[in-house]
Amino acid sequence: MAGEFGNPEVVEETVDILMIGGGMANCGAAFEIMQWAKGTDLKIKLVDKAAMDRSGAVAQGLSAINTYIGSEQDPADYARMVSNDLMGITRDDLAYDLGRHVDESVHLFEEWGLPIWKTDENGERFDGSKGMTPLKDGGKPVRSGKWQIMINGESYKWIVAEAAKKALGIENIEERIFIVKLINDKNDPSRIAGAVGFSVRENKIVVYTAKAILLAAGGCVNIFRPRSVGEGTGRAWYPVWNAGSTYSMAAEAGAELTLMENRFVPTRFKDGYGPVGAWFLLFKAKATNAFGEVYMDRNKEMLNDYPPYGQAAVPASCLRNHLMLKEMKEGRGPIYMDTVTALANLRETLSPREVKHLEAEAWEDFLDMCVGQCGVWVGENIEPEKKNSELMPTEPYLLGSHSGCCGIWTSGPTDVGAPTTETEEGVPSHLPSGWNWGYRGMTTVSGLFTAGDGVGASGHKFSSGSHAEGRMAAKSMVKYCLDNADFTPELDTPVQELVDAIYQPVRTFLEFKDYSTAIDVNPNYITPKMLQFRLQKIMDEYVAGVATYYTTNAEMLKVAGEKLDMLKEDAMKMRAKDLHELLRAWENYHRILTAEAHMKHIEFRQESRYPGFYYRADKNFVDEENWHCFVNSIYDKTTGKWTCFKRAHVDLVDKSKLFK
Amino acid sequence: MPTFVRTEKCDGCKGQDKTACMYICPHDLMKLDMDGSETGHAMKAYNQEPEQCWECYSCVKICPQNAIECRHYADVVPLGGSVQPLRGTDSIMWTIKFRNGTMKRFKFPIRTTAEGSIDPYAGKPDADMSKIEENGFFNHNEQNGYREGDRSELINL
Ligand SMILES: Cc1cc2nc3c(=O)[nH]c(=O)nc-3n(C[C@H](O)[C@H](O)[C@H](O)COP(=O)(O)OP(=O)(O)OC[C@H]3O[C@@H](n4cnc5c(N)ncnc54)[C@H](O)[C@@H]3O)c2cc1C
Ligand code: SF4
Ligand code: SF4
Repeated sequence: MAGEFGNPEVVEETVDILMIGGGMANCGAAFEIMQWAKGTDLKIKLVDKAAMDRSGAVAQGLSAINTYIGSEQDPADYARMVSNDLMGITRDDLAYDLGRHVDESVHLFEEWGLPIWKTDENGERFDGSKGMTPLKDGGKPVRSGKWQIMINGESYKWIVAEAAKKALGIENIEERIFIVKLINDKNDPSRIAGAVGFSVRENKIVVYTAKAILLAAGGCVNIFRPRSVGEGTGRAWYPVWNAGSTYSMAAEAGAELTLMENRFVPTRFKDGYGPVGAWFLLFKAKATNAFGEVYMDRNKEMLNDYPPYGQAAVPASCLRNHLMLKEMKEGRGPIYMDTVTALANLRETLSPREVKHLEAEAWEDFLDMCVGQCGVWVGENIEPEKKNSELMPTEPYLLGSHSGCCGIWTSGPTDVGAPTTETEEGVPSHLPSGWNWGYRGMTTVSGLFTAGDGVGASGHKFSSGSHAEGRMAAKSMVKYCLDNADFTPELDTPVQELVDAIYQPVRTFLEFKDYSTAIDVNPNYITPKMLQFRLQKIMDEYVAGVATYYTTNAEMLKVAGEKLDMLKEDAMKMRAKDLHELLRAWENYHRILTAEAHMKHIEFRQESRYPGFYYRADKNFVDEENWHCFVNSIYDKTTGKWTCFKRAHVDLVDKSKLFK
Repeated sequence: MPTFVRTEKCDGCKGQDKTACMYICPHDLMKLDMDGSETGHAMKAYNQEPEQCWECYSCVKICPQNAIECRHYADVVPLGGSVQPLRGTDSIMWTIKFRNGTMKRFKFPIRTTAEGSIDPYAGKPDADMSKIEENGFFNHNEQNGYREGDRSELINL
């Protein structure tokens, strides 16, 4: 009984555990969970808006695993690095725990067939096809930085998904399902009871009842106007398909968010947004202004304005942007990556065989994870050994697993000294007070778990860490379900109401489409595309996008608030002329809520915590005395209002070691 | 660099219920034009929203007919270059053509095991339910990757 457009089939399903998203985090969870669930009769299901083989941020492949601790470093060193890069405010408990577990996942990737570069006893490096000693048995990876290792990662996601799909069983996976809303429990609003979404391929709504949910649907892109606005709009640095579903759905379910003011503004090769990590770390290239001056040297006193974060051996990412932006603002651009000098220098120190591979390595870095950058190079006749390439800071993105740390407030481990009380006033009384409340990876909504980009206040997990974090959450979800064996979730909203809400854009379209002759211009509805443009214009112009060199102030934020309120109202009038547009409609709804959270947090935090990522011109300083704390929030979906509050920051490892 | 489909090469995946390109695109961009009403080319695929293309090349790599290519974003990149892969079972070959005609070819490994050969739990221990609240995973230490850490680094214990 397949449905029709406007009148979808409704499928209701009861499971114990629902996983939303099939990215790195849930692929890890899928692998880990089935062994713990063996012998229980837990019913487990995974849904993804796309195809797991190529979904999420790793769809295209990657050329490095950015988090590998190795046997020489301590999880505490890792937690320190994470903290400093994010201006001192991260959860050491989460970062430390990740540091303990992450290499287990990397060793699995190698077992499954991911080629990992190695160095031999003479220090010469080989690509991952050579079958040298595995990392697990002491093989030496090629470090492109203190924490990163090089891979041939074109099929990274394909491999990780293969293991996840086999573990879970294809019958427990449904692809092309976009989840729109989480649903709370009828008898206990602080619990999760299910989720609702729709198929992008057939006229079908799916309503899941579940005891536990692992929400890992990635970060958020395209809330700010991108630098390219024509055909090139799709080339954001962050993959265009992660639309803030994680943050918005969690917020609507009542979960506490943290550090939503944090954003990531990567400096990348201009227009193609190709990765720079290998160029800085592996090829030792320098970034310069138009006159060949290295801005990190030229402007180094600016780092003294931000003690102690400016004084670490590697200053925080935002501060490196801060020094570069000075060159751009004062008219000494374009900014260049000096690839010519870097490659020439390397030719002097490497063996002839390595030189032969050098050029291929430079290209592979792009071909494995950002082919679009090669497109720019070939179109502009750029050969990196002959011509330098421009760098550019992108538009802002929100994410929690790369060099950003916004996300959901999540329960951490109990054995690393995390606080069990809260010293800041003003935390709503229904929320937990310490940093752990029983289940590792659980949000403040009972039964709702998250991982990867979902977990806030602990950036720098990357692909490997997200996988490991998914595994940790999987284990505690099994425990949660066993502990709550008697609990039967009940949805707090009637199914028909959910169906009507989700198909509203379709019905709006069908009702009004013949009112005007031009399908896209109609006073009764707004297309998802125009709604997105409006959101991007508001965020870009008022909430510190590229239009203002990432600058805002309290007055601009106030205007943004008014405009966002009206945009939220108009979102109820989105149209969907087909299922593809219905997907776009709900993606953009998720974007609006995520953007609003971002704006509210920036407004609440009376300082500029991340110079180079954003500036409050009216509070253009870092205020360690009053704002060395988390900014957290909750959202009330009935009133549409946010409540922001502080939570105390506590160090669990000694940060002063960074600055010796 | 939105993708485009070569008319003479696409066979609509031989009328199967889902085409390879539709199956794989993470952003739901590839669409089969069943009756030709959208493109004038019946039973051939096209990119329905080229300005949303991330140029991830997932569709290019998977197309059994090698019918999909990229024409770099017209509003950003000068015409004439091309970057085209051929993905095999254990490696990928790239042919790169510059606007000025310079050509380069690269071949990189993509995996060290046969596709479809992963047996996730082969030789792995069962989970020990008594340890479900402890650190580590079900196959704890089998991978030699758990880093215990120097407990004296934890200053709040
Ligand atoms: C451009 C870029 C480059 C990177 N480079 C590196 C690198 O070199 N090395 C490294 O180690 N890490 C790198 N990372 C980091 C790594 O990719 C991420 O940390 C990791 O993918 C996060 O995992 P995740 O599961 O949280 O999200 P993702 O892997 O992004 O997965 C999100 C999943 O959710 C699904 N989804 C989204 N919304 C919905 C919805 N509403 N309903 C259903 N499903 C939904 C998506 O389809 C996807 O499957 C990079 C990230 C980016 C963006
Ligand atoms: S995968 Fe290739 S052959 Fe199949 S429909 Fe798409 S473009 Fe055509
Ligand atoms: S390149 Fe990627 S985003 Fe573009 S159409 Fe192909 S699969 Fe979709």
